[in-house]
Amino acid sequence: MRSSLWQLTLTRLREFVREPEAVFWTFVFPIVLALLLGFAFSSRGDQDVHVGVRDGAGAAAVVAALEDVAGVRVRLLDEEESAAALRRGRVALVVVPGAAGVTYRQDPTAPGAREARLVVDDALQRGAGRRDPVRASLERVEERGSRYIDFLIPGLIGLNLLSTGLWGVGYTVVRMRAGHLLKRYMATPMRRWEFMASFLLGRLVFLAVEIAAILLFARLVFGVEVRGSLALVAAFGVLGAIVFTSFGLLVASRARTTEGIAGIMNLVAVPMWILSGVFFSYERFPDWTHGAIRALPLTPLVDGLRAVINEGATALDTAPAIAVLGAWGLVAFGSSMLLFRWR
Amino acid sequence: MRNPGGSPAAVRCRGLVKRYGELVAVDGLDLDVAAGECFGLLGPNGAGKTTTVEVLEGLLEPDEGEIEILGMRWSSHERELRRSIGIQLQDTRLPDKLTVAETIRLFRSFYPGGPDVDDVIARVQLQEKRDAWVRKLSGGQRQRLAVACALVGSPRILFLDEPTTGLDPQSRRALWGLVEDFRGAGGTVVLTTHYMDEAARLCDRLAIIDHGRVIAQGSPRDLVASLGAEQVVEFSLASGEAPPEHELAALPGVSGVRGNGASWALTVHAVHVTVPALLARLAREGSDLARLATHDATLEDVFVHLTGRSLRDA
Repeated sequence: MRSSLWQLTLTRLREFVREPEAVFWTFVFPIVLALLLGFAFSSRGDQDVHVGVRDGAGAAAVVAALEDVAGVRVRLLDEEESAAALRRGRVALVVVPGAAGVTYRQDPTAPGAREARLVVDDALQRGAGRRDPVRASLERVEERGSRYIDFLIPGLIGLNLLSTGLWGVGYTVVRMRAGHLLKRYMATPMRRWEFMASFLLGRLVFLAVEIAAILLFARLVFGVEVRGSLALVAAFGVLGAIVFTSFGLLVASRARTTEGIAGIMNLVAVPMWILSGVFFSYERFPDWTHGAIRALPLTPLVDGLRAVINEGATALDTAPAIAVLGAWGLVAFGSSMLLFRWR
Repeated sequence: MRNPGGSPAAVRCRGLVKRYGELVAVDGLDLDVAAGECFGLLGPNGAGKTTTVEVLEGLLEPDEGEIEILGMRWSSHERELRRSIGIQLQDTRLPDKLTVAETIRLFRSFYPGGPDVDDVIARVQLQEKRDAWVRKLSGGQRQRLAVACALVGSPRILFLDEPTTGLDPQSRRALWGLVEDFRGAGGTVVLTTHYMDEAARLCDRLAIIDHGRVIAQGSPRDLVASLGAEQVVEFSLASGEAPPEHELAALPGVSGVRGNGASWALTVHAVHVTVPALLARLAREGSDLARLATHDATLEDVFVHLTGRSLRDA
């Protein structure tokens, strides 16, 4: 390696390891996030349905019918209390006993509304003597690779590559510009592409540690296994790092203040956090949006990592994702070279 | 564009103009710096000194004018020029968490040739701080490091932009020593300053700059001599009226008058003749002196003489 490129890369590495906060956000934070989200979602299991019964004639009978049903928590409420409980989401449904049966009061768009109504109605009808003609039984599926934590870990790797690339590089460059260090470099015979490339190389060194830490943690704590090839995981990591480091250079190519660049980075990052399927699948968005979502750089990265880690996909299977990532890398690095302002 | 002597001038520029929107920062500037000399741009803040050197350094594009550095132009020989000059910018934040040696090694790596890292550290006398982080350095040490980064490529010309602004006297002397060493080894120096003592001590020749123009040029001694007087008598009044300006100018030994109301300065070539005459004149007027002082004429007086303002409050 040319000695100046090596010195520039070494500078990137030194600046990073000598900044304890950067080390924390890069290595520790994703693991803490995985731990919290992993436990939050794996302990959720079947959640109880909270139901209120409006006090009055026939209320005692309804409470009695629901009291012993597994997964239903019932409480007797007067009119005022029941309205307040619904409003605050403490109950998903209020049963109002009447002369000719019951009335269900609820906001049907509230979370769990439909589930509560079906469970309660089922229990009341059976309690009143309904017989079910079809015998049904439940078989629990907890296959590895299909749990929420399995879905989450590749998402977190992608998210981490996005954040460290954008924030790590973006802020560093803007601080250099504000301190006239970029101008000072320009006053030397330093080759400009070497300066840009040192950010990519610096990121690649820590990338391996970063991904290995998350994968190892997920393996030890949650039993998340990598089914596909580790080399392919690494290849996605390298591509992702190149893409988002280039994005970091690109968003920092003009900004003069850290306040200014914070806004641009949020504008770039937040849509991808939400849309690209880090925490939940983008299949939940309307079908017509999927094409656009898949074109965002974080989506092929997360999809590709998920396919390799959870399904054992091969390079051939993930070729489209690799192509989209590669294209983003070229576009972002190229335009950052063109737009970069050294003063 | 070569000198009659044959070797190209270190710096030569003609009709330099640089505008920022409406503001004309450099307004038709001509400079010639010979190889091996220390040339100073002296002027108050905002005179256009930094803009001028940054245009010479190829960091800013001039709006008009021609520049040759070592006989080369930025448009055709950028790479070669970058290797041949060393630059200290007015205000650079070098990476906080690199050590002195790491910083110099980084800058050294950009140049094809040049001294050893420890050699440079010794030249700027930072041996004791070799492995200290830049963050821990004092202002003077940082400035010496900045100059070290300008020296790593063995430049033929060293550009220094206000190298001692804000430094304590000891640090200033240390930096002056560095500049003198570089000159002693045959290097050319172009520096900007708003300190007349710095300009007088370091520079073989000076251009005094105001509002983006060269208003006087020459050696410090010639510039002072151009006042036509060697000394300055300053006085201010506690009460009463000063004589009118033309009467002050007519006092024996006076070659120039400036001031207003209660504060005046006379450039004189014979203090012993002028002062008694002045005192007698003031006594006749019934005015009381608050202050009377004389000093040798300096570059400051040259600037005041030319602009009517002092370097500090211009």
